[in-house]
Amino acid sequence: MTDNTLLLDGRKVTIEDDRNLLELIRRSGVDLPTFCYHSDLSVYGACRLCIVEIEGRGVQAACSTKPEPGMLVTSHSSQLREARKLTIELLLANHDRECPSCARSSDCSLQDLAQRLGVETVRYDQKTKEEMLPLDRSSPSLVRDTNKCVLCGDCVRVCSEVQNIGALDFTDRGASARVGPAFDLGLGNSECVSCGQCAAVCPTGAIVPADEQDEVWELLHNPDVYTVAQVAPAVRVALGEFFGMEPGSIVTGQMVTALKMIGFDQVYDTSFGADMTILEEGNELLERVGNGGPFPLFTSCCPAWVRWAENAAPELSDKLSSCKSPQQMFGAVIKEYLPDTNSAQGKKVAVISIMPCTAKKSEARLPQHKRAGVPDVDNVLTTQELGRMLQSLGIRFPELEPAPFDLPLGFASGAGVLFGASGGVTEAALRYVAEKVTGEIFSDVEFHAVRGLQGLKEATVTIGDLDVRIAVVQGLGKAQELVQRIQSGEAEYHFVEVMACPGGCIAGAGQPISKDRDIRQRRSAGIYTAERGMPLQKSQDNHLLHQCYEDLIGDIGGHVAHDLLHTHYEDRSAIYHQPERVRQPTAEHTVRVSIDSGADRSATEQALSEIQDFCDDHSEGGRVAIERRMRPAAHSCSGCSGCGSCNSSLNIQVGRQQHSDTTSAREALAEALQQ
Amino acid sequence: MCVSCTNQTSERHDIADRILTRFNYSDSKLVPILQTLQDKFGYLPRDLMAYVASALRLPPARVYGVATFYAHFSLHPKGKHVLKLCDGTACHVKASIPILHALEAHLNLSTDQTTTDDGLFTVEKVSCLGACGLAPVLVIDEQVHGQVTPEMAVQFVEDIKEQEALTEEVCA
Repeated sequence: MTDNTLLLDGRKVTIEDDRNLLELIRRSGVDLPTFCYHSDLSVYGACRLCIVEIEGRGVQAACSTKPEPGMLVTSHSSQLREARKLTIELLLANHDRECPSCARSSDCSLQDLAQRLGVETVRYDQKTKEEMLPLDRSSPSLVRDTNKCVLCGDCVRVCSEVQNIGALDFTDRGASARVGPAFDLGLGNSECVSCGQCAAVCPTGAIVPADEQDEVWELLHNPDVYTVAQVAPAVRVALGEFFGMEPGSIVTGQMVTALKMIGFDQVYDTSFGADMTILEEGNELLERVGNGGPFPLFTSCCPAWVRWAENAAPELSDKLSSCKSPQQMFGAVIKEYLPDTNSAQGKKVAVISIMPCTAKKSEARLPQHKRAGVPDVDNVLTTQELGRMLQSLGIRFPELEPAPFDLPLGFASGAGVLFGASGGVTEAALRYVAEKVTGEIFSDVEFHAVRGLQGLKEATVTIGDLDVRIAVVQGLGKAQELVQRIQSGEAEYHFVEVMACPGGCIAGAGQPISKDRDIRQRRSAGIYTAERGMPLQKSQDNHLLHQCYEDLIGDIGGHVAHDLLHTHYEDRSAIYHQPERVRQPTAEHTVRVSIDSGADRSATEQALSEIQDFCDDHSEGGRVAIERRMRPAAHSCSGCSGCGSCNSSLNIQVGRQQHSDTTSAREALAEALQQ
Repeated sequence: MCVSCTNQTSERHDIADRILTRFNYSDSKLVPILQTLQDKFGYLPRDLMAYVASALRLPPARVYGVATFYAHFSLHPKGKHVLKLCDGTACHVKASIPILHALEAHLNLSTDQTTTDDGLFTVEKVSCLGACGLAPVLVIDEQVHGQVTPEMAVQFVEDIKEQEALTEEVCA
């Protein structure tokens, strides 16, 4: 047979560049059911729902079969129907069937398929409460409920294949097989960065964003609290999906009205915070250009990316922009500004941000984002949670009369709105830096090279006599490849934008679950449309932002800015290399000394005993805590990811400072003990 | 050599490093690396699984997944003497379960606690050992016992205890 066709249910279908039979069948107009098939992930073939009959081969999973010319394929027969129904029934037998109270009740694939396939009864008893496994609430961002897991492995594959983290994997086997983080210690104690892509691909309610709705209702109903909402750019192009609107519909105005209806006193636009980020980060870039480095400047807007860097590449901390994310900058400014202007009428101000993101929940809880014990952001709602809150009141969202954001902190430029799409931070920064360097006013401000959904975008932009080399990367797997190339010297950039989620914030895990395969394109398009609709296109043109600087912050990058808008990063590599306490402090005001072993164990032990002796002799020595961190001695290393394990030189950390010999470490310690 | 008494982190890591070097830090050798680690320590200590993961550049969850998949690996310290009771089809039919119950009752063990408090005995139920002709089969350490009865099993335990007491006396 020479022609390139096969027979599908008696119809002739031409084979194109379909990767598998499932894609061909779906292309030809039949939406074969699946749990475990995602076009971005490897083929797993576990759910057995996309089974088809192939003449001469019997029943096969379409996802793991290559289409061949002359194949005779049947996608529906009584045998297949029965088999699919039984599969769903068996999955339901093992499933916590508390469907009405499940967060995924309205968009659960298991529920959907059970209905589609006509599963009317489940002949097996539900597990008893005692047999159910406890929920994993250890992460502020995500909640795992193993009792709702269908073991499709989507979360495992997205975490390892797309994000290259692998915080989740299969544990145990047979009837007790389950998905979980290492050592069953809970997601919050693992190397999870809270990006939530696992929750975004989960077909059921086994992994969902942590829910803060009740806490927010409490605040909204408390008459002594002045509630302020800040809404991220990406929310406005997705919230409408909850109410049957097309993906990418811009619902900014209705959203503001709805937020006011549920009780918010003020509704601000996080894009204002993004404008602020541009001034601060743009300035940081220019400063580094002046100082000749360090390059590249990595953006710090994405908390999942920042957490990855802290976990796996703490040596990047001086390259990461010291800017807080727009959410945190804006939270700090609101808390500082509102009581000052007395608009809060002396009430306690609560900042609630509405984010497309699960990692923002973890970010808001970090101790460095509290000042005098008061968090800059009190609660973080995802787009999903806000949608549900509005639904719970029966608000007819699409019919609402649009309202503008409140002034002055609700006035943003289009550049700030761009933060919602991948490449947006870069484009916004370029608009600022270009004018700042050349002194010219640009009218054509669109930098198309950094737009689009490719994993890695590169561009060189000439600004004045400076060639700025830029990389924009989305997805942590792609970001890690890039970091490796930068660290090995293979690639050089001045500015690197990283977004942990493929597609950027518009595809964050807090956004509504969608079955639309073009969802990223459509929401991105919405962002660029919304941007063009803004009265100003450049952050530096935002006069209300300048007013805010005059009233509150002072100079860009100045003293107050550093206190309010900048942050520092932690070395969290202990998640991979657990430290061992070798000296417990016996007095208060502890000074922490951490000795990192490289390949040379004897040098570590030598340094350890020298520091120990020093502490024994010192009058304040009781305040010193010493940790020894063991790293694997040698590697058959394939390329430098900068893990430092091959580095045999000594690394002694006293407080936050690094030292490479005991003499300078002892001096630093003596100094620290004097304070 | 049993090194489970080694609590010094650096020493434990040196041992792990030696094992890793022997397998050339190859992630495809994860199973033999874990096997060797278990031979050395009697079980797979959590800190060393994490250490192996970072040495092989595998996510700790992957190493944990492999360690929990195979029944051969133990995540808890085992007793000095391991009693493996076969519960394959043949042994099951020839009444292996009463032997299990007798051992559990005698040693004060249960499905949740499989190692005695004094660390002397671990009782495990295993799948077919391939000696069906001798059913029911009990393997104590490396020695295979066939056609075992509950009384015989208890007697084996008592014999070992006696032996242990003697050794202790000699040492003292």
